[in-house]
Amino acid sequence: MKKQNDKLFTILALIVLGVLVYLAESNLDAYKLRILNLGAIYVTLGVSLNLIYGFTGQFSLGHAGFMASGAYVTTLLVLPTYYKEMIFILEPLAWPFTVMQAPFIVALLLSGLLAALVAILIGLPVLRLKGDYLGIATLGFAEIVRIIANNIPQVTNGALGIKGIPEFSNLWWTVGVAVFTIYIIKGLINSSYGRALMAIRENEIAAEVIGVNLTYHKVMSFAISAFFAGVAGGLFACLLTTIDPRAFMFIMTFNILIVVVLGGLGSITGTVIAAFLFNFSLEYLRPIEAGFNIGPIVIPRIPGLRMVAFSVLLLIVILYMKNGLLGGIEFSWKGLAGFIRKIFPDKKSSEGSTR
Amino acid sequence: MSLNLFLQNLANGLSLGSLYALIAIGYTMVYGILRLINFAHGEVFMLSTYFLYYGFLIFNLPWWASFIVAIALTAVTGMLSERIAYRPLRNSPRISVLISAIGVSFFLQNLAIVLFTGIPKSFHRPTFFKRLFQFGGIRIQSTLIASVVVSAIFLTILIYIVYRTKTGLAMRSISTDIETSRLMAVNVDKTISITFAIGSALAAVGGILWALRFPQLFPFMGMMPGLKAFIAAVVGGIGNIPGAMVGGLFLGMSEILFVAFLPALSGYRDAFIFAILILILLFKPDGILGKNVQEKV
Repeated sequence: MKKQNDKLFTILALIVLGVLVYLAESNLDAYKLRILNLGAIYVTLGVSLNLIYGFTGQFSLGHAGFMASGAYVTTLLVLPTYYKEMIFILEPLAWPFTVMQAPFIVALLLSGLLAALVAILIGLPVLRLKGDYLGIATLGFAEIVRIIANNIPQVTNGALGIKGIPEFSNLWWTVGVAVFTIYIIKGLINSSYGRALMAIRENEIAAEVIGVNLTYHKVMSFAISAFFAGVAGGLFACLLTTIDPRAFMFIMTFNILIVVVLGGLGSITGTVIAAFLFNFSLEYLRPIEAGFNIGPIVIPRIPGLRMVAFSVLLLIVILYMKNGLLGGIEFSWKGLAGFIRKIFPDKKSSEGSTR
Repeated sequence: MSLNLFLQNLANGLSLGSLYALIAIGYTMVYGILRLINFAHGEVFMLSTYFLYYGFLIFNLPWWASFIVAIALTAVTGMLSERIAYRPLRNSPRISVLISAIGVSFFLQNLAIVLFTGIPKSFHRPTFFKRLFQFGGIRIQSTLIASVVVSAIFLTILIYIVYRTKTGLAMRSISTDIETSRLMAVNVDKTISITFAIGSALAAVGGILWALRFPQLFPFMGMMPGLKAFIAAVVGGIGNIPGAMVGGLFLGMSEILFVAFLPALSGYRDAFIFAILILILLFKPDGILGKNVQEKV
């Protein structure tokens, strides 16, 4: 398969995706759209976490913090001015935020940039740590962000949260951002930067010896990862239309981590599939706790049963698929062609090919 | 701040710290042996308080008996979680085990919501634990004294087990090298089970003392104390048992004294704990009592 063909196929696939998004936007109800949107946001989050953890090998548990900062930046920039006066009841909104306004796309970009800036500031000292220590430190950082958000009501409305955020996020935005994230991060890992990052993952000391600047590459990877987490946070806020600090507890990071690990570390395809499966299974388990009848037996409504079933499902998957759903396989047109050929062998190719 | 008030706060910090220490032991022992951050430990702690509640209120056991039942059931829960969710993954990448631990944590939390509902339950303390003692100018609740004394007793027993018995020797050898221990005829699976039982039992002791001190139970109550106890284990030097005790006391003291000296910033008390964590990790990554292990090329 030639390179040009690959490009052509990718463009075709994007067009098909566009048509699908158009059909979904015009035909599906709000509930189904919400699930698809969440799935697409999780793709962005998962792929960005995969960059720092799967490809660079730096165990970061700070994604909820970057999301939170992005969510609040976007919210403050897109919330209508009159609404800002109305909603901040604990303490009035502090000055520069009262008048700040920006179109959605600018707000998203600024969310990402702020998250990246924070990542550089926190990453410079913290990325010297290794393994679990780095994970704990970044988890601590994310919790600090959440606690600060809880304690500055003049900016975030404190624990009450902000309601009535304009619902700008739709599939065009969420899927668009997800595709853009994949495009950028795939481009990055196929470049010399990406090889440096993977060298750091495999062996830091060896990477340093062959001339990889550890700090520079780690911080860069961390900042790019945080950028997309921040953008995803903005999308998240404008999808749910309400945010409060509790939404960004470390559970949020765990969810993203689950998506990345189930998809297979270092596999973008796996992350995409796992992100949607994660959200679908959460929703399709909902009937379990709604209460139902098996013949004459009436099972009452049991709140919480859905999450019990979900955690059991999660445990089963992790216990029986130890390398994730795809086992680190990456999608490529060549691989797809090989797969199709395996299923539908025509005489010519099956005779000649020995794999 | 008057001296009396300071001493009062110090006593509060000491008792909170000893609770953190008890929970931190479970984290540090499991990490020392399996290199696993057992995120389900906070939920094990939470369950112990519910076991106590049901033993005490529903089955009307005398308080000392319900304590024993709660500790035993919690130890069994800890062992079961290891048997079901961690043992099959012994040769898997560490991240799988971590996700498994998160899964167990989700499971226990939501199981608690299903079984006990999400509505907080208030726990009626035995009258013995409501008494106040007066020492000079400071008033101390009997639970404060109980938590310090009981923690000291259990931690002494633990030190004895780990450093003076064969099982303890097996634990220490596994934490150094799991494969070599197996060659030396250490029963690895059994020892790991015992480790989980001991860690969970200590979490239950912590949970009981916690319920006596903060008598309100809800399914998410394990998250923050669990996370803080884990931080205590890291601050003290993860994998190091005396370190977990020192870290727990240090963290409990710092938390209480932070609020005492800067009451205006009391909303930031948890942030302060996390800031301590990050600073300790940056300047002494192996913790207060941790050994510095040089990386070999």
